[in-house]
Amino acid sequence: MSTTKLWGYLARYENPAELYHACEKVRDEGYQRWDACTPFPVHGLERAMGMKPTILPWIVLVCGVTGSVGMLGFLIYAMNELSPYIVGGKPIFSLPAYVPIWYEMTVLSSCLAAFLGNWILNGLPRPHHPAFASKAFERVTDDKFFIMIEAKDKNFDTKYTRLLLESTGASLIEELED
Amino acid sequence: MSHVEVAKPTDINIPASSLWSRLPVIGGGLGIAGIGATLAAGVGEHGQRAMFSYLWAFAAVLGIALAALGWLLIEHVVRSQWSAVFKRIGESMAASLPLFALLFLPIALLGMHALYPWTHETDEILEKKRWFLSNEFFFGRAVFYFFIWSLFGTLLYRFSVRQDTLGNDLAARDRISLGLRKFSAVGLFFWVLTLSFASIDWLMSLQPHWYSTIFGLYYFSASILAFYAFLTLVSMALKKAGVLQQAITIEHYHDLGKYLFGFTIFWAYIAFSQFMLIWYANIPEETEFFLVRLHGGWEYVSYALPVLHFFIPFFFLLSRHVKRNPKVLAIACWYTLFMHLVDIFWLVMPNAGGHGAHSHLSVSWTDITAIVGVTGIFLAVMGVFLSKNAVIGINDPRLSESLTHENY
Repeated sequence: MSTTKLWGYLARYENPAELYHACEKVRDEGYQRWDACTPFPVHGLERAMGMKPTILPWIVLVCGVTGSVGMLGFLIYAMNELSPYIVGGKPIFSLPAYVPIWYEMTVLSSCLAAFLGNWILNGLPRPHHPAFASKAFERVTDDKFFIMIEAKDKNFDTKYTRLLLESTGASLIEELED
Repeated sequence: MSHVEVAKPTDINIPASSLWSRLPVIGGGLGIAGIGATLAAGVGEHGQRAMFSYLWAFAAVLGIALAALGWLLIEHVVRSQWSAVFKRIGESMAASLPLFALLFLPIALLGMHALYPWTHETDEILEKKRWFLSNEFFFGRAVFYFFIWSLFGTLLYRFSVRQDTLGNDLAARDRISLGLRKFSAVGLFFWVLTLSFASIDWLMSLQPHWYSTIFGLYYFSASILAFYAFLTLVSMALKKAGVLQQAITIEHYHDLGKYLFGFTIFWAYIAFSQFMLIWYANIPEETEFFLVRLHGGWEYVSYALPVLHFFIPFFFLLSRHVKRNPKVLAIACWYTLFMHLVDIFWLVMPNAGGHGAHSHLSVSWTDITAIVGVTGIFLAVMGVFLSKNAVIGINDPRLSESLTHENY
């Protein structure tokens, strides 16, 4: 077996309020590579964690506009240059006939951008996580609340980070191994 | 989420010093003057144009009140929580629906000949439609619509006000909410049918040869879009008058902004669906509608509508920051309301030349008096219902959720 190396700390909390205040403390200490896990959405937690607004809307906008303009351009090119057919007695250039495809392509490219962007920004798919090795962590889907701080964080210190988590009132602190 | 008991708002009555409590007088005065001037012109020698102005104003404002009713019915059926702070405002709009029966009288008594060609013209197609487009059936239907709208509009308001008085009787409060929910499910059925048929009767039959199966939906989409803009502006104005200062938050405006954005797209979707099928099939009975609107100056309105009523508000409302900034959102709402008036103008006015004749694009002084008059009366009656009771359903079981509502 290869030698294991510390991935980070896992701290357990008993209720959302404790977790909330612990997150505020961790945030104020300037940690970047850490996360909180809860059995249900805790409202306002993203503020307690100091999370920055996502850039996903911009990704969606850029992809949506690209898909939209690209499809309209392709339609005009295809229907007028590649194979100009008269359909239903309409002029060769008939904008209304392009609209449904133009619109659908805008929606499709925006949706795909939102879907895939969400996965990429969240680092998905992720089949395994060091926290899965912890027995205590299993109750994250039930009634316990967790914070994990990665050893990769530039502020991480084996002693000090443990002290910080202890000071936030964690009911259990575990070491997670990679 | 753990339940935190939220302090209920106390600034729930319109102060007597505010403009709102004088609204019934101001609005009523403007209403009587405006409608009076319009109808005086309407019975004159060239009164046809004035009657069209009146029908346009009537249809545009009625749509807002009707959409308010539909919105309430939906919010009741789905047990919506976020909107509980707005419910009484919507109820005040829907409760003024009986008034529109009164406002319909000038159309029924003075305007039938001027407005509707099928009352005095005949040909093969109109003969086949005679069973539906006859005076007796037409008025019978109108009575039925107003009966349904008045019934639901009035009762939703009444029961909501009764809930205010129940204090801590939780069982009775919940019973009223449950009752309203069941009542609203029935109401939705009637609301959809009456709104569709009313738009067919009063707007579509202006061009009696023409028909479009999506027309009711078109009128609905235009109306509900205007309603969300109007609701946002009314709630902003109420806040300015010192009511519901803490209750209505950015979060609520954000949601109203989302609806405004969503229904802007919905309107365009429906409007294009109607156009697309008519354009594609190219059948004379159907193309008549757009033929009239592509001549005599109307072509500018026809081409401007997709740009001004869809593309500009679409890109304007796209950003989250716009919806969360009340000042900017208010601009979007005023703009949307104005475009609603243009949209209904475009539906009604090209027919002012009479059957077969094209009418040129023109704005008459009667348009101004008509819209000021009908809006004035509507605001007056809404103002009465708003200032008579609290502007929020203080005992609504869903209120505390609404007060703490947040977007994520």
